[in-house]
Amino acid sequence: MMQSSSILLSLAIWLPVAFGILVIAVGNDDNPGLVRLISLVGSIASFLVTLPLISGFDNAAHGMQFVESGSWIERFNVNYLLGIDGISLWLVILTALITIIVMIAGWVVIEKRVAQYMGAFLILSGLMIGVFCALDGLLFYVFFEATLIPMYIIIGVWGGANRVYASFKFFLYTLLGSLLTLVAIIYLYTQSHSFSILDWQKLPLTLHEQILLFLAFLMAFAVKVPMWPVHTWLPDAHVEAPTGGSVVLAAIMLKLGAYGFLRFSLPITPDASHYLSGFIITLSLIAVIYIGLVALVQTDMKKLVAYSSIAHMGFVTLGFFMFNDMSVQGGLVQMISHGFVSAAMFLCIGVLYDRMHSRQIADYGGVVNTMPKFAAFFLVFSMANCGLPATSGFVGEFMVIIGAVKFNFWIGLLAATALIFGAAYSLWMVKRVIFGVVGNKHVAELKDLSSREFVMLAILAIFVFAMGLYPEPFTAAMQTSVTDLLQQVSISKIPAL
Amino acid sequence: MTNYTPAYPETFLLLATCAILLIDMFLSDAKRAVTHYLSLAALVVCFVLTLGDFNAGQTYYTFNNMFLSDPMSNLLKLFSYLAVGMTLIYSRKYNGERGMLGAGTGLGGEFYVLALFSMLGQMVMISGNNVLVIYLGLELMSLALYALVALRRDHVASIEAAMKYFVLGALASGFLLYGISMLYGATGTLDLSEIARISSSVTANKNILIFALVFIVSGLAFKLGAVPFHMWVPDVYQGSPTGVTLLLGAAPKLAAFAICFRLLVEGLFTQAIDWQQMLMVLAVLSMAIGNIAALAQTNLKRMLAYSTISHMGFMLLGLLSGVSGGHVYLAASAYASSMFYVITYVLTTLGTFGMILLLSRKGFEAEQIDDLKGLAKRSPWFALVMLMLMFSLAGIPPFMGFYAKLSVLQAVLGTGKVWLAVLAVLFSLIGAYYYLRVIKVMYFDEPTDTSTIEVGAEVRLVLSLNGIAVIGLGLMPDTLMHACLDAISKTLAS
Repeated sequence: MMQSSSILLSLAIWLPVAFGILVIAVGNDDNPGLVRLISLVGSIASFLVTLPLISGFDNAAHGMQFVESGSWIERFNVNYLLGIDGISLWLVILTALITIIVMIAGWVVIEKRVAQYMGAFLILSGLMIGVFCALDGLLFYVFFEATLIPMYIIIGVWGGANRVYASFKFFLYTLLGSLLTLVAIIYLYTQSHSFSILDWQKLPLTLHEQILLFLAFLMAFAVKVPMWPVHTWLPDAHVEAPTGGSVVLAAIMLKLGAYGFLRFSLPITPDASHYLSGFIITLSLIAVIYIGLVALVQTDMKKLVAYSSIAHMGFVTLGFFMFNDMSVQGGLVQMISHGFVSAAMFLCIGVLYDRMHSRQIADYGGVVNTMPKFAAFFLVFSMANCGLPATSGFVGEFMVIIGAVKFNFWIGLLAATALIFGAAYSLWMVKRVIFGVVGNKHVAELKDLSSREFVMLAILAIFVFAMGLYPEPFTAAMQTSVTDLLQQVSISKIPAL
Repeated sequence: MTNYTPAYPETFLLLATCAILLIDMFLSDAKRAVTHYLSLAALVVCFVLTLGDFNAGQTYYTFNNMFLSDPMSNLLKLFSYLAVGMTLIYSRKYNGERGMLGAGTGLGGEFYVLALFSMLGQMVMISGNNVLVIYLGLELMSLALYALVALRRDHVASIEAAMKYFVLGALASGFLLYGISMLYGATGTLDLSEIARISSSVTANKNILIFALVFIVSGLAFKLGAVPFHMWVPDVYQGSPTGVTLLLGAAPKLAAFAICFRLLVEGLFTQAIDWQQMLMVLAVLSMAIGNIAALAQTNLKRMLAYSTISHMGFMLLGLLSGVSGGHVYLAASAYASSMFYVITYVLTTLGTFGMILLLSRKGFEAEQIDDLKGLAKRSPWFALVMLMLMFSLAGIPPFMGFYAKLSVLQAVLGTGKVWLAVLAVLFSLIGAYYYLRVIKVMYFDEPTDTSTIEVGAEVRLVLSLNGIAVIGLGLMPDTLMHACLDAISKTLAS
């Protein structure tokens, strides 16, 4: 492991949290302007401190970088152990970037309890970065669980009509999964007397133990991803959450689960991962195909994008469990790309919702006539959502499909159908919402994007194209870590008798 | 010459309480504050005395080995003083408004005197090294608490609660005493270390010991409020004046933990295989019934009563995990986890009932869950404190309750009972629902009661510190965990 005395990761975690607490402390309903300013400055500052991670990252180095270590709970040998590798680097950056976008998106839209809204998102951002950086199992779990608290509040306070139901479902569903993971984590501690993830990765475990541990981890991560059939909380949460909540849920929170597979399931229980890979691949294919079909029949735009998220995340888990370089990297690229694209899709729907207060596709039609700039963005992001070449959506899906064909031709074929369904539901929605004649008098009165909305969509569009045209910086950083991971997964941990 | 120093805090508190009783006789209702501050001062002096003993970290015996002062008892006492002191501060205004501190009801400072006597009883329970001394402490505490529950004598629910508490409490004491008498029959001694020695010899009559054990465990379960001996808990919690609920819901749990430890671990360790199974049944049933019944409650005090039952079940999990393979470090670690759990529970409970007291005012008991509606708008800070307390009770990180659950689960898994740990987390998932509901009411609903919260700076400060402690000890739990482990290890070694 590379040692360094950097505090960059701690800054990336605690700076947004500190700003969040500051905002909640100074903010009240009389000074929303000040609150917005502090929040924006906080999110930008938090993003800036993550930039040295990119410049200082050594693509060729093995193991963890920017490692920080300190004693936390000696009683259980828990350490404050942070570090990132190629797998987590871009997720950290993505989280910090999306937080800025969320601040801009909520700028004038949120009118009640502005300070608590902005503060919750800043704290949430820090906690999620903590999940991606934690190398100690308990520290990971603490961050992983703590993210539920701000999200529960965000959905419940600023959500739509059915927000209470959605927030409870979100919380209890995720808690069910993660409590079993807690048992698994403590079990690993009783076996190894350490909470370090890196120690666990070296710990020999019998196949029986591995399978149980794998299933316990699966409970948490599958719910979070979400995989079919434990995905039902997501459409509810997405539909009821405020725009910012949907953006963070889709862009980052879903990745916490996928990231967990790479950090826990694959390296700690490699034999069980191989043993149960057929099961996971089947679930992923069902997510890709069946959920793709479900997305096709949605009449609510947010629900449609929510289902498309599940289908896209199915691609990610599919890629992870075929254990080749191409597919795992493809899955990772897909995670980052989906972070940009789904965030953008939810922002676009938010833009429409702020004007019309409806998410029903049927209430729109011919939006291009009144909102040409918006229509252009919406089309771009929809194309990226269905994986058009030159957008980021293409790179990940294409890599996963190549990986799948290498693994098994038929799986590749089935996975590739997702591109067709993706195109079908995305483009059909574009056709019904954007094109055609002006649907009704409300659409006729729509105003085009304000400069604030233009900026937030443009930032995401730049990333979508950058990643689509030149994915090299993203994949180069991942290469070494993914190869090491696969190397590790290929070695059995079952102790010799 | 006998050295009485180990009993100095108890002796001081007894004298101080008698003095306060006398002084209070001469005070007019308007000057009741003097009693209040004298009581707090007495607790502070006890705290200082015990803190000195705790820092010394030694075990001393006195009164012919009937009474001891060891690190575990001192640590528990420190938190008991804290709990009682905070209760007095939280409940002062509440009690005054309900005529429990005089003002035409013929009462004076009884509340304070009885609270201090119950505190004294708890100290004797915690430090008793002889079954009769423990019983004496238990009765002193219980009698003071019976009177406290009935203190609001014009209030029907209060009287009903007092009757229930008295009758069932007397029954429980009877159980315990019967068990103790059988224990005496089997071993011929009342001294705990002698009991431990004789019961492990081959000549001891195992049948009588097991009978004694059944009665003792039943009596303890009554006092803890573990299922199936829990019937009194919801009614008494709901019916008592909230300040008294806090007096009997917080500090006595520390004392109850102490006597469980003394009787079962120190006294009847040789019967561990038997009591372990009994505790397991109690624990699983308590977690099940407590959590499920709490779901249906609309009264906050009643909900918290059922939640207490489930927490006591969780605490028992730690206590029963101490016996496995006879590894001393593991055993100490398990008991320490249980102790940490009780301390966490007490700190959190103080805050939640403190919140009910904070929101209550003359003629209005804020004891329905709906009374918290829109608290986030009425008082963002106290809503945040309540949110932290609720998440802590639900065991969500980074709050203190999570680490309590973590350490108990670690102890359970240390004995290899994975199924028990899975069962425990599933029941706490059910529990999360009703805690979340309280947060939902505070944050998602609009306020129906828009009156401002009128309490003194004293209460605001202490309640805020209480909330900060729950998050602070969640971020830095190591010191307290170590303190518990050290105390238990030293006590086991002595």
